[in-house]
Parts: sequence; structure tokens; C-alpha cells
Amino acid sequence: MSTGSYREVLNESAVGHFGPYGGRFVPEALISALDELAAAHTAAQSDPIFQSELAELHKSYTGRPSILTDAKRFSEHAGGARILLKREDLNHTGSHKINNVLGQALLTKKMGKKRIIAETGAGQHGVASATAAALFGLECVVYMGEADTQRQALNVARMKLLGATVVPVTQGSKTLKDAINEAMRDWVTNVETTHYLLGTVAGPHPFPTMVRDFQRIIGVEAREQVLSLTGKLPDAVLACVGGGSNAIGIFHPFIDDKTVRLIGLEAGGKGIETGLHASTISGGNPGVLHGTRSYVLQDQDGQTVESHSISAGLDYPGVGPEHAYLNDIGRAEYRSITDDQAMYAFSLMCKSEGIIPAIETAHALAGALELGHELGKDATILINLSGRGDKDVQTAADYFGLPL
Amino acid sequence: MPTALEELFVKTKSQNRAVLIGYIPAGFPNQKSSKKILKAMIDGGIDAVEIGYPYSDPVMDGPVIQAASEEAIKNGAGVNAVFDLLQEGVKQGIPSMVMSYWSPIEKYGVENFSKKVSELGGSGVITPDLTVEESNEWLSYSRTFDLNRIYVVAPSSSSERLSKVTEQCSGFIYAASLMGVTGTRDSVSGNAKSLVERIRKVSKTPVAVGLGVSTKEQASEVAKYADGVIVGSAFIKIIQEFGAGRTGLKKVKQLAKSLSEGVRNVK
Repeated sequence: MSTGSYREVLNESAVGHFGPYGGRFVPEALISALDELAAAHTAAQSDPIFQSELAELHKSYTGRPSILTDAKRFSEHAGGARILLKREDLNHTGSHKINNVLGQALLTKKMGKKRIIAETGAGQHGVASATAAALFGLECVVYMGEADTQRQALNVARMKLLGATVVPVTQGSKTLKDAINEAMRDWVTNVETTHYLLGTVAGPHPFPTMVRDFQRIIGVEAREQVLSLTGKLPDAVLACVGGGSNAIGIFHPFIDDKTVRLIGLEAGGKGIETGLHASTISGGNPGVLHGTRSYVLQDQDGQTVESHSISAGLDYPGVGPEHAYLNDIGRAEYRSITDDQAMYAFSLMCKSEGIIPAIETAHALAGALELGHELGKDATILINLSGRGDKDVQTAADYFGLPL
Repeated sequence: MPTALEELFVKTKSQNRAVLIGYIPAGFPNQKSSKKILKAMIDGGIDAVEIGYPYSDPVMDGPVIQAASEEAIKNGAGVNAVFDLLQEGVKQGIPSMVMSYWSPIEKYGVENFSKKVSELGGSGVITPDLTVEESNEWLSYSRTFDLNRIYVVAPSSSSERLSKVTEQCSGFIYAASLMGVTGTRDSVSGNAKSLVERIRKVSKTPVAVGLGVSTKEQASEVAKYADGVIVGSAFIKIIQEFGAGRTGLKKVKQLAKSLSEGVRNVK
């Protein structure tokens, strides 16, 4: 990497490129809405009223700042390295997703739109969107792959209780990627009245930049908290990566701290070598999917290949374009964690710390077990504990063979 | 040198009528049948054809073309099926184009794709999800290989945007008649006419209207103000309902014939 700051090196253009990645690959029908959104986001970034409204919501609705937990007993299993958990699981609605949703819901209001649509995999983003819609009095439709509505039934019920309409998507692989396709079709049709509240740092510009800006608060808080607790920066920052919103949120404020390693943990499913995985960067190639150029899982004809993971939230064949860029310039590393490794770490976190993490998050925890042994006991590892695992109780019980 | 497609628009203009463009996904429902369907469309009177590249994530398409694409992919349709059917259209003597989402073209390589389409006698490529901002490679290779660049514009496009996009178009400009995905509709949206009028103010390139046209009456109405009429889902629906046997093919031919009457004698 060159010596300039990341922002100087990146030189983000008007159409949102990260090196060769990002941009816009969408029907012309959406361009005016994307332009309107980009302008609203840029204006909001320097609007003190918007920023104070959002800060107040973070404080009195979400419960920010989220705390930092020193995971001492878990650390014994990670080569003795100090493990610090950024507790996004304690946010209202149970994950980091609310940070982005509140920001975009405020923008929706500013743009004068009355209806939001959202896609969801694990249901966390859908629940957060339904929550914000209730809070702001917006109509909310959530698209969810039919397969996911079954493995995340609890979250479907939560969304309905919050007043949202949940549409099971039966096309294609019936998972997150198909839910995004269906949300895009809705948006093309209803773009005048509707905001597409995308939940991750993928999709056409301005989504990767905007969602990152709304999630940066995780890293901004964590950086200060680690400094005040330990007197120094952490040696590494870890987060799970599906689309990559919680990871970019905690990574971004550390990018110019060049001594801090940034490590994203992708879902390895049954193992990359089996082809049954969702490790887009570790096991995929550059291509175009869902409006952006990034790493994708696709075949020789450019057709999207189905991803596989025990975690619905990571089960996505694409990844945010900024992660693709951070990988290529060597600023962040991406590793793959199998279902079995993740479930081992999941169980360990439950029993050593009394915290039931989301299975998505368990991939980052498994990465810490590995990295702790590599770095030794003097190292400090910061992990984004991105969500809680209540929604995964059924999946975990099935995996461990527990009778419910 | 003008492409076959450009020559077609010159010819139909002198005949005071609109061009009828048919759409069919390559390899739908399988490679052999898709050739027969194309032949039936040509026998009925379509003037030009768009060969669709069946793609796994078709966000611009409604349920009819989604199902057709899925079926084609399941039956093995890939880039070879696309080139095969393109060649068939050229062989049967009508201007033939590829319509493809950007992912498969980028994966194949923009230079190689352009070269191949040109070698097979194709006139150009319709790119429904490629923005002009991401088009540098395509602008360059489409020039090298003399291919038409057909972008899709929509009723939501601002005048400034229309100028920017249509400036890069050749062959024709694809005007989406409404805000939405492909599929048959009971009536053609009133937005289509005003969009065509707005395009005329910024470009001299011929304009063809697509999305939602399925009957002779609709084709006739559109032909009054546009240079071309595009029909896709209506043909596919016939095959989905009646199969690609004698009955289905006969009905495809009949529809093409009646649409082709619709685009004539209206100006």
C-alpha cells in the first residue's frame, strides 16, 4: 500500500468506485433514484440536524454506545491472546443492522418517500427494517427467500408482529440472492414512492459507501474503547463477512492504522474444496452481481453459483466492493471458516462467556481461536460480536442433536 | 459500413411503417426447439430478432421471461446456445442482436464477445443493465467490430440523462414503455409516447418501444409514434402454454403475423 491515507489512495469517484470494483450495473430506470439517494446521503453527512437526530436515535433507541467485553475465559482457548468483544448483539433488535437502518429510514423521510422495501437472509436486517418502519410510520415490505423463511421462522414472526409484510421468494435458489432480485424488481416498478433499504455494503452506488458510513460508528466507538482500556491499538480486528456490513463498519476507522491487521472471516460451509461454501473472496473471482462489480461465485458463463452456509446471513454469493478492493491492495485479509469450525466456536462462546452469538458472528470467533494461537498471549484481538443467537437456537439444536 | 439493423430502419422508414422486433431466450425451452420458434416468428413476419442470453439473476424480467430463462439454463443453455441461435437468425436473413445482462459478457471478455458476435454476422448487443459510466470497454470494442450499441432508457430518465445515454446508442434506442419489468400488459402505458417525444428532442437515432406490448392493437398504437415495436413475453407465453410442438409454433407464427400487420399502414 502507498504512504498516503486510505481516502487519498482510494480517490472515490462520483459513481462510487473502489479501484476496479463498485460502480453501477442497473437498469436506467433506477439511475434517477440512485442519484437522488446519493445526493441525500452526501447532504446528510454534513447536515448537523440530520446528524443530531441520528445520534439521538443511537443513544435513546438503539442503546449506543455498545459496550466492550473482555472475554477472559474464551481467551484461554485462543492461545491466551486478549479477546475484546464489541457487543453489537446488545443493540435494540439484536444486531448491528439497526445502525444502517435508522440512518436510511431518516433519509427516506427526508426524501419524502412513504414506503420501504428490504431483502433479508437471516432476518436480522428484515427485523431492523420492520422496526424502523414502525418507528417512522412507513409501509414496509420484506423479501425473504422461502428457504430462509423456514430456517429463520422466529424472525418472520417478529417482522409480522412489527407490522411488516413478509414476501417469501420462490424463484431460483430461494435464498438471499433471489430476495435481492425480487426487491430490485419491486423497486424498478415503484421507485417514485419507495426507498430500497438495502442491508449491506453491496449493490449499486451509493449503497456500498452509504451503508459503510452508517456502520462506521462501530469502529469509531471500538477504537476509542480499546485505546482507553488497553492504552494501545489492537493487533488485529476480526469480523465475519457475508455482504460485509459489520466488517466494513468496524474495519474502516482502523484502515489508516497500519499496524492493525484487518481480517474478515467468510463462510466456508463444508469447505471451499467441496464447492459448497460462501467464501466469495477466498473462493470466487471478480465479476458483476446485483448492480456492482466485486468478487462473486459464478461459473464460466457468468451465471451465479449457489452459495452454501449453515448461517443464513452469510449465505450470499457476492461481497461488498470495498472488501474486494481492501483484499487486492493487501490492506485486509480474508479467511474461510467451515460450518464445523463456526459451530465449535459458537458452543465455546456460550459455555465460556455466557453469550449466545449469532452463527454468523461465530465465524469471526472461530477466526480468533486460530489467530490467537498464531499471535500468542501478548496480542490483543478485537472482534465485532455483530449479533445475538436467539434466532439460531433451532439450527444449533439440530446441529448438536439436542432434543427441544 | 451500416449494420443490417441500421439498413432495416432506413428501409421501413421509406415504407412508412415500424420495425417488428421479436425476442426469444437462447435455448428456450431447449436448443432445438428455440430454432423452430425463431423460424415460426420469422415466417410470421418479424423483421429483426433479439436473442436473449438466459441469466441466473434477471432483475429486469417479469415471471414469464424468468421462468423461460430458468428452463433454458436447466437444459444447458450457455454462451454457445446464444451464438448458435444468433447465427440461425442471420442465416434466416433478418438482422439479429444479442440481449444480455452484463455479467455473462464481462465473464466471456468484452473483446472476445464483440468479436464473436461480429463474426457471426450479428448487428449489435442490447445491454439492459450496463450504464454508460461502466461502458468504456464496450464503447471501444463495439467500434472496433462495427456493432450497434443499444441501451435501454426509461420514463424516469431525466432529459440530461437521455442526452447522455442516447449519444452512445446506435441502431436504435430501446425505450422502456413503463416503470417495471418485462411482461404482457392490458394496455401500453401512456408514458411510452411522451418518452419517445422526449428522446426525439435529443437524438436522431430510431426509437423502438418495448415492455408490455403483446397484441396487434397495441403494436399498431405504438407504431404511430415509434420506429420499432419489441415483443417478447407474448411469444414465450404461447410456448409455455401450448408447448413447442405444432400447435405452439402455429400460434407463434399467427401472433407474429398479426403483430406485423399492426406495425404497417398506421403512419
